[in-house]
Amino acid sequence: MPANRFNNFTDYGVGIGLRVPHYEHIFSKKPVVDWFEIISENYMIDDGRPLRLLDQILDQYRVVQHGVSMYFGSAQELNPDHLRRIKELTRRTKTPWLSDHLCWGSVDGRYTHDLLPLPYTFEAVRTTAERIRQVQDTLEIPVAVENVSSYAEYHESEMTEWEFLNEVIHAADCGILLDVNNIYVSSQNHSFDPAVYVDAVPAERVAQIHIAGHSKFEKYILDTHDHPVLDPVWALYARAIDRIGPTATLLEWDDNIPSFDEVHNEALKANKYLKAAADKIAAAANQPEEVLA
Amino acid sequence: MNLLELQRRMAEDVRRPLTDDFDMQQSTEDGTPLSDLAGSYIKPNDRLSSFERLEIYNRQYWFRVIGAVSEDYPALNALLGEKRFDALVLAYLRENPSVSWTLRDLGKKLPAWLSEHPTFAGRRHQLAADVAALEWAYVDAFDGLKLPPLNAEDLQGLGPDTRLALQPHLQLLQLRYPVDELVLAVRRDAPETEIVSNASMQRKQVERISLPTMKREAVYLAVHRYDDIVYYRRIDREAFTMLTSLRDGGTLAEALGTAFHRSRLSAEKQAEKIQSTFAHAAELGWFCRADKH
Repeated sequence: MPANRFNNFTDYGVGIGLRVPHYEHIFSKKPVVDWFEIISENYMIDDGRPLRLLDQILDQYRVVQHGVSMYFGSAQELNPDHLRRIKELTRRTKTPWLSDHLCWGSVDGRYTHDLLPLPYTFEAVRTTAERIRQVQDTLEIPVAVENVSSYAEYHESEMTEWEFLNEVIHAADCGILLDVNNIYVSSQNHSFDPAVYVDAVPAERVAQIHIAGHSKFEKYILDTHDHPVLDPVWALYARAIDRIGPTATLLEWDDNIPSFDEVHNEALKANKYLKAAADKIAAAANQPEEVLA
Repeated sequence: MNLLELQRRMAEDVRRPLTDDFDMQQSTEDGTPLSDLAGSYIKPNDRLSSFERLEIYNRQYWFRVIGAVSEDYPALNALLGEKRFDALVLAYLRENPSVSWTLRDLGKKLPAWLSEHPTFAGRRHQLAADVAALEWAYVDAFDGLKLPPLNAEDLQGLGPDTRLALQPHLQLLQLRYPVDELVLAVRRDAPETEIVSNASMQRKQVERISLPTMKREAVYLAVHRYDDIVYYRRIDREAFTMLTSLRDGGTLAEALGTAFHRSRLSAEKQAEKIQSTFAHAAELGWFCRADKH
């Protein structure tokens, strides 16, 4: 896949989320990690120890910012204080791209602090794309939007989720953070084929992939990030990597967080698929060119 | 239903208080069945009704916001016990929904709110109010801004009309109980937390901690950050009054006048106290230029 400003991170390898319980291990053992993803909001503060520790991490590792409260899909204007703070942080981290979710979460100045699904309508496409463009213009770095796990669908929807994702990213001219665990969770909750979703994603727009664990309940699946990655999600990841090619990959493990090594080793399982994709590309490149008559 | 209408509808439903069993209510205050409201915009599927799908978000919202406030007030939780504390937090959040993109600010108004709602803590109201004030002071000291402190040369040039600013991370508290001992006892066992996942399906349980006995005693406290660690420093009444006056914009002469108004201390003792207060404050970097504040 030819590199562009959205998928120019094929050499990033496999990262993990930077989490407080692992700080001591990271600073004392200095493990080799391809990159860390930080939750932007944890560092959008005035001052203090979290920023000092972040600076130490930045001295030694590559860091990418991932946000949880931009709410591109909220019908009303973006919060200027949020934008100002996130811009300050991007200057500090020099993140090569920034991601947040394709969702909404606030209305009339009140926040739900959830990643609420959007109705898949053309009105939502226009609103969301406008907000993403505004963020991209303000921050002056590529923005990748992440598909969320969802537990509800709306009567108002006029298209599938993957059609909606395509409409938004083309209208916004942005990248995608493809969360294959979220695709799997939503596919089980809404009875669609997750492979169809993965196959519909424009490969040239995928900046990053998320993998994670989830929890099964009697009637639905919840995106809990508190388990190892389950087999169906690895299968979906393999399919995505085969289509898209080597892509920056990150394991999310946010609750019941085990040791650093356990999280990192789980993430490194992705290397098997990344190597296979790289080998496939190399083999294709070594094929003799057809001689044209 | 356009995008804004749908988001207003859903935000109201997601934020609607749960029943005592942490389930979604069956009807609104005016008697409208929630199943009708949910069905008006959320599709059912073969396993879940519209009501049940909305309930997932309703429960997640409350578990998340209760969890966020609880993390900031572990000592208040330990003091009141889980049942009373949950009732207090629920009542607080109903009146104070989140108006910020960050969960960091969600518990900000709780100390003032608790002071106006004495019934939640019963006979321990004043003790609880002190604990809440100190726990929020910790939050502000933890990540409050640290400005360049005045150096020795700056301090030599001070005159009676000088106005000094105090570090934004420095919090000054007048307490009726020595709750620093109680809060320290609880915080010693509390893990540091951060924002990570939006999936919250259950209330986290808090371990019971043995609390020190509290006897009424006037305590003046400076909560501040030094080398990125938050400290509780007891100061005397005169130092508290002096620093508070400076923080409120008073001149040095006004601050000293307020601190020693009707004081029975000899001029010599007053001079000693002033010198000692300024020496400690300067050593800890508490003073900064008023024009940079």
